[in-house]
Amino acid sequence: MEDKLSEVVLFGSWYSPYTSRVKLALKLKGIPFKYVEENLSNKSELLLKYNPIHKKVPVLLHNGMPICESLIILEYIDEVWNHAPKLLPEDPYQRSRVRFWANYTDQKIMPASYPLLLLKGEKKQKAIEDMEEMQRVLEEGIKQDFPEQFSFFNGKTIGLLDIFMGVNCYNYKAFHEVTNSEIIGPKNPKIFMWVNALKEHPLMKDTLPPHDKVVAMLKTMIAPTPDV
Amino acid sequence: MEDIKVLGFWSSPYVHRVIWALKLKGISYEYIEVERHGKSQLLRQSNPVYNKVPVLIHGGKSIAESMVILQYIEDTWPHNPLLPNDPYDRALARFWIKFGEDSIASITDLFMRPSKDEKERAIEIEKAQETLQVMEEKGIGEKKFFGGNNIGMVDLAYGLLCHWLEGLEEITGLKLIDPSRFPRLHAWTQNFKQVPVIKENLPDYEKLVVHLQWRRQQYM
Repeated sequence: MEDKLSEVVLFGSWYSPYTSRVKLALKLKGIPFKYVEENLSNKSELLLKYNPIHKKVPVLLHNGMPICESLIILEYIDEVWNHAPKLLPEDPYQRSRVRFWANYTDQKIMPASYPLLLLKGEKKQKAIEDMEEMQRVLEEGIKQDFPEQFSFFNGKTIGLLDIFMGVNCYNYKAFHEVTNSEIIGPKNPKIFMWVNALKEHPLMKDTLPPHDKVVAMLKTMIAPTPDV
Repeated sequence: MEDIKVLGFWSSPYVHRVIWALKLKGISYEYIEVERHGKSQLLRQSNPVYNKVPVLIHGGKSIAESMVILQYIEDTWPHNPLLPNDPYDRALARFWIKFGEDSIASITDLFMRPSKDEKERAIEIEKAQETLQVMEEKGIGEKKFFGGNNIGMVDLAYGLLCHWLEGLEEITGLKLIDPSRFPRLHAWTQNFKQVPVIKENLPDYEKLVVHLQWRRQQYM
């Protein structure tokens, strides 16, 4: 008889990059899971029960206990299912670099992305410049901290930062199209090469939403459909 | 003898997190006081992204961001653990650390950058109190410390709520962690400061109050 409690359930939303991170981590580790698509404008009782403080996706349920916040979920997954492939490197210093850049993504890049969609004129231009500066900082940092390309390029598997970058940048063309910008490009060659390689990774292709669907979603964020 | 340096500024609660973690693990280090406002070349070189303290330099390698540093310390010197052993409890600890990190700005802004508009002021105070309520009921709950019977990484992350916040409360007359409203959280601030490593490693209170007063005036 199957032990229901040990079942892994992921509450998420198809367009939430934070949800996609967890999907990728679970699939990478070969962990079977049940996926529950949440309607974020009408959240389920279970979601509110399992994440009462933030009421957000993703939430991972394991052994009947909820874990919230994507980075925390990924660390949990890596610790509980500690077989290869590892999401984080073994070496403490390398781990600290991965955590540092994961935090940089979440504290600087992510919060700047959505507002960019909503701005116009000079403010938009400034936001684009700020975002380009962050990409430049990321480029410099990646070059310094991961000088031998990435394990992914060596034919080894993807890890936590690949997941973060892959999810954020997989649909960079959709973002460019909707904002009329070119933030990811050859001016940051290391990131550009990394992102384009990740776009071809079968797990990314299998998991992340396609270009047209994302363009349509981004457009509704800019101009929400009026109430009927 | 390992080569461990901490770049810091005497008044920073973030720097103190690193000092406490190292002391709790009995790790020796060289402390280097860095001038505020970006004049230190060593700081710029070792933290080019943020140019801020604290920075830990271990065997020539730099680690920035206080919570990343604490996790590095835990990974490198696992004795006297600051995080629970069980992965689920560890995930919970990380949740509360993040909760604290996400709340800090709105709590300190209450004192450092108060809204001049009365209505807005009332709203921002209420929001801060709601946050503290969550910490009171769900963070600390029935425990003496966030970490249980002994302090852990979560307690270090919340260290700013004692001593520093007390200074700000004194300067402004706004008693945020009111013992009648937040008895557990208030008790925690007192218990935390009594832990020997913490007690022996706090900036001088009077000096801190003068410094916070000065910084507050810079903003206003």
